[in-house]
Amino acid sequence: MDIFIQQLINGLVVGSIYALIALGYTMVYGILQLINFAHGEIVMMGAMITISAVSILSGSGVNLPGPLLVVAGLLVSIPITMLLGFTIERVAYRPLRKAPRLAPLITAIGISIVLQQVAVLIWKNNPRSFPDLLPHASHDFMGAVITDLQILIVVLALVVMGGLLIMVEKTKLGRAMRAVSMNQSVASLMGVNINYVISMTFVIGSALGAVAGVMVGANYGLAYPTMGFMIGLKAFTAAVLGGIGNLAGAVAGGLLLGIIESVGAGYLGPITGGVLGSHYQDIFAFMVLILVLVFRPSGLLGERVAERA
Amino acid sequence: MANQANGEVLLEISGIHKRFGGLHALSDVALSINKGEIYGLIGPNGAGKTTLFNVLTGLYQPDEGKFTFKGIDLFRKKPNVVVESGIARTFQNIRLFHNMTALENVMVGRHVRTRANVLGAVFRDPKTRAEEAGIHERAQSLLDYVGIRKHGGEFAKNLSYGDQRRLEIARALATDPQLLALDEPAAGMNPKETDDLKKLMEKIRNDGVTILLIEHDVKLMMGLCDRIAVLDYGKKIAEGVPEEVKNNPRVIEAYLGASPD
Repeated sequence: MDIFIQQLINGLVVGSIYALIALGYTMVYGILQLINFAHGEIVMMGAMITISAVSILSGSGVNLPGPLLVVAGLLVSIPITMLLGFTIERVAYRPLRKAPRLAPLITAIGISIVLQQVAVLIWKNNPRSFPDLLPHASHDFMGAVITDLQILIVVLALVVMGGLLIMVEKTKLGRAMRAVSMNQSVASLMGVNINYVISMTFVIGSALGAVAGVMVGANYGLAYPTMGFMIGLKAFTAAVLGGIGNLAGAVAGGLLLGIIESVGAGYLGPITGGVLGSHYQDIFAFMVLILVLVFRPSGLLGERVAERA
Repeated sequence: MANQANGEVLLEISGIHKRFGGLHALSDVALSINKGEIYGLIGPNGAGKTTLFNVLTGLYQPDEGKFTFKGIDLFRKKPNVVVESGIARTFQNIRLFHNMTALENVMVGRHVRTRANVLGAVFRDPKTRAEEAGIHERAQSLLDYVGIRKHGGEFAKNLSYGDQRRLEIARALATDPQLLALDEPAAGMNPKETDDLKKLMEKIRNDGVTILLIEHDVKLMMGLCDRIAVLDYGKKIAEGVPEEVKNNPRVIEAYLGASPD
């Protein structure tokens, strides 16, 4: 088995999930210059609610094929996470819109802790296994293995991201979002309802987060109430790597980070003579974060950093 | 030119006060603008002209006073409400959406007059697509109207200075205003550009849009405005047809200092 190709495939899968989550961070940052640290918890909620919905559905005797059951679970979890995203902005960020920038950062962390603890209350602090409902037949690909599930995740992520980019570039709401991110007061003078646009940004980002959460659960086979922290931090790193505030950057940063992490983890053992195993893969993400912040704080595709210092 | 104004009051403010901490930026300002006229606002730097503009467009909330437009109460209303009722503006320091194309800038201006919401953005139903096509077409014709259609696909930040000014006017017109407020539109323009701009403003007025204009170019103002108000230290010190205002001793004093006797 070709370890490089294999890790590349794994990295692409993880990376497309990071990219979906990173979009949520970067959309909010683009408009409010705020890091929504609660976004990782939205991802977690998406995964946990979907698992619960699926188990309730199948427990009550609904007889659907596996993939449709997951879709049904998503139809429950996406509206709930959208509502959560909407509420978080209203409760924790909007009252502080004119406050110093540190204040909403603190409420973001606060919300993040609250959501995590609520999840612990609901689901107990144990991992839940993600029900085995999606196809995962293996295929040979250039000497490596790729599963149906992995293909599904990458394709779905690309479709969702493509849809988002079209929405932002081609529709009225997207134009309003870009206008608000460039100049709020002028956008409001054009009749753009700033609060509505900001709310929609949170709602859309949360929907992407829920989809990503389900992908994380399916990919690793489990989900747990504290999973949002690490996955959120990684996706945040991806957003910074790509240039925070830049949508294409979030996608590029996510994919790149996933690949760096997987390939790096694959070779970590052999290189260090077995001292560090692949479970140390998290160091790659944070090494990347530190390197980007030191050498290119504006990220790969980012611009304007100095003006808001 | 005053004959073009039919005497019907479009905008009326009275007793407007705006304070910033200890600074009394506007003090008991009153004025009324008639439908169809070009109304000029002049005054030395720091007189409060732009502050008044910000009050009239909802960017600043006045502390006291009355503000009606077409009889609608706009006192302390938000900018998107003000623009919806028919007041649009441009800025002294150009404020375009720099990383959008010229065409997209104007399309944002259509926002206030269109209905499509987030569901339309997601489902792209025929009604939404028809509306989007209408926005596109209207934006194109407005670029044409101000004479920069050929630059529609360029990023706003790459347009020449004069064209950026024109783009701001097109974007403001996209909101279908009855009153267009222009904050020093001729600033930094050469005489040829200023002359073209004057023609554009006359065209806009002849097409039925009332204009409120701040400008330092006195020659331009005298030749263009039906009536002029003069602000100094946040107070209105004179108002009238250009000839009266030009000869008003208080205006001369505000601009040149008191005469020796």
